Amino acid sequence: MAMIAADNRGLRLVTRYAVLVLIAIIFVFPLVFMLMSSLKPDQQLLEDSSNLRAFLPVGDISLTNYYEAFQRAPVATFVFNSVLVTGVTVALSLLLCSAAGFAFVFVNWKGRDTLLALLLATLILPFETIAIPLLMMVAHLPWVGFDGLSWGWLNSYHVQIVPFIADGLTVFLFVQYFKDLPGELIEAARVEGASWWQIYRKIVMPLSGPIFATAAILKFLVMYNQYLWPLMVTQEEGYRPVMVGLQYFFQLNVAWGEVMAYLSLITVPVLAFYLYLQKAFIASIASTGVKG
Amino acid sequence: MARISLRDVKKSYGQTHVIKGVDIDIDDGEFCVFVGPSGCGKSTLLRMIAGLEDISSGELKIGETVVNELPPAQRGVAMVFQSYAIFPHMTVRENVAFGLTISGASKEEKDAKVAEAARILQMEHLLDRRPSQLSGGQRQRVAIGRAIVRKPQVFLFDEPLSNLDAALRMDMRMEIGKLHQQLGATMIYVTHDQVEAMTLADKIVVLKDGMVMQIGAPMDLYHDPANLFVAGFLGAPSMNFIKVKVQGVNGGKVLVSNAALDPVEVSGKRASFKVGDEAILGLRPQYLAVAQGAGKLHGAVALTERLGAETVVEVTLKDGNPLIAALSHDAVFDIGAQMNLDFDPEKAHLFPNEPGAGSVNKH
Repeated sequence: MAMIAADNRGLRLVTRYAVLVLIAIIFVFPLVFMLMSSLKPDQQLLEDSSNLRAFLPVGDISLTNYYEAFQRAPVATFVFNSVLVTGVTVALSLLLCSAAGFAFVFVNWKGRDTLLALLLATLILPFETIAIPLLMMVAHLPWVGFDGLSWGWLNSYHVQIVPFIADGLTVFLFVQYFKDLPGELIEAARVEGASWWQIYRKIVMPLSGPIFATAAILKFLVMYNQYLWPLMVTQEEGYRPVMVGLQYFFQLNVAWGEVMAYLSLITVPVLAFYLYLQKAFIASIASTGVKG
Repeated sequence: MARISLRDVKKSYGQTHVIKGVDIDIDDGEFCVFVGPSGCGKSTLLRMIAGLEDISSGELKIGETVVNELPPAQRGVAMVFQSYAIFPHMTVRENVAFGLTISGASKEEKDAKVAEAARILQMEHLLDRRPSQLSGGQRQRVAIGRAIVRKPQVFLFDEPLSNLDAALRMDMRMEIGKLHQQLGATMIYVTHDQVEAMTLADKIVVLKDGMVMQIGAPMDLYHDPANLFVAGFLGAPSMNFIKVKVQGVNGGKVLVSNAALDPVEVSGKRASFKVGDEAILGLRPQYLAVAQGAGKLHGAVALTERLGAETVVEVTLKDGNPLIAALSHDAVFDIGAQMNLDFDPEKAHLFPNEPGAGSVNKH
């Protein structure tokens, strides 16, 4: 009996790992393909794509494609723009949306439920439906910058940042998470004399690590993958992000090796950000996993 | 420390009236317990005093100040919650010092006050632990520590012991009693447990459906309940209620009887009774005794529970209604045996037969 049980356990373990490996392969292979292809000349890349050599660093391997990619487009500028726009938007969005979520859940004020319902209703609106009205609006808005007052936001960083700081989905995520925090913690802090800001900063924020990490990852992906909006509002190369930069590789003759090199380069910040937050995510769960 | 007074205090949520006009005075340094069944409004009333719920109408004074519109922090109150509400991401030291940190106290002041609170509550060894490393009783101590460290005028306790097991509850109850003696502060304590109410309180406020049923010292309420609800709510086992008929009225005395009860003259001070009226006779199980002679109440033994020092007997009276007697000795009775019971008429309570009187009979 004991032996049969041990066999069953072993079989289950093997099956589980087999499934996990298969899933890992499905997720990892496109990345491996991209990385390997970025090291190969176009002809070999096309030949290899029909067999397993596509996933192996074999044949004529070099960094030429990377060199060519830098020649063809201002890659560093695009990556810098994307990282700047995405980083600033994520930081401001976390601050503003979590504060909004806090106000919706913990503070009593007139019209709260109506406004929350309206905000949630915006979730069903695809961005494409508001893109044109938004473009017409930002084209005429004033802005006070280092150069003083100017009109129209086109060709700037803030035109890519400001419209995306607040969004219904992020507020909704925070609202749902905050609703599950024990209300008595907030009340205890109020009785102890804490202001709303102190409650937000000293009680709610430290207990909400997981949702901050989740919201940050989601927002990062949305912002880093922005294409339509920056295409509409930036005509100058100096403000364009990575996804718009991809167009540079599809003009005239398409060099697939260079495309793969460019894609590999712009994937690095995403992976780095994800890996960084993954650690923060686990740490935040560990610190708040307290039974009440 | 401060006196607290509530004048015609009401609380409504839309058309739902939760507190229906309450007048309570709590003296400086008094231990006042709000007691009542679930949903009676006792916690809401406490939260209104804390400032966590708005007051719909009426006046709430702490000391000489009307505090209706003041935020919790400016009322000089500290509160201990049912779930302890200690902050899980802070150490015990940080939790206890939270209010002081918020008010901008210096590190030296915080250290001194936290050490003093820890000494009073005997938790010096816990100061650097996190709440997840504490037992329920220890967490409760931390919550109390956080309350006492600010030296508030008023302490508010919202069912602080209901999450603890029976043994720990008794220990903590005694500690809270000692703490009150030590600090001499005004304390308001909400519970549905009548034992906590009876043992801790200088003054008990019995609430039902958002209204005050009676206010008084524990023994006054026990020996002289104003109405059927209070009579039935305080005391364990709860008071027996027997429907009787008024046979005669003689000044303040009323002669009553029924099929199982021989005519007996009891005090009729709670209402003006007339011959022929139906009334409710309240008898505490502890004041019933097995009759040496014919006795006054007649029935048969239905069930006995021998607890060692006490024997609880359920008797089916001649009119078919049940009655509980708590005899202060160990005794054995045969099920079905005839039983005659006696009682001191001075310790019986006569109530008018109000609508719904039977609903508080908790047999």
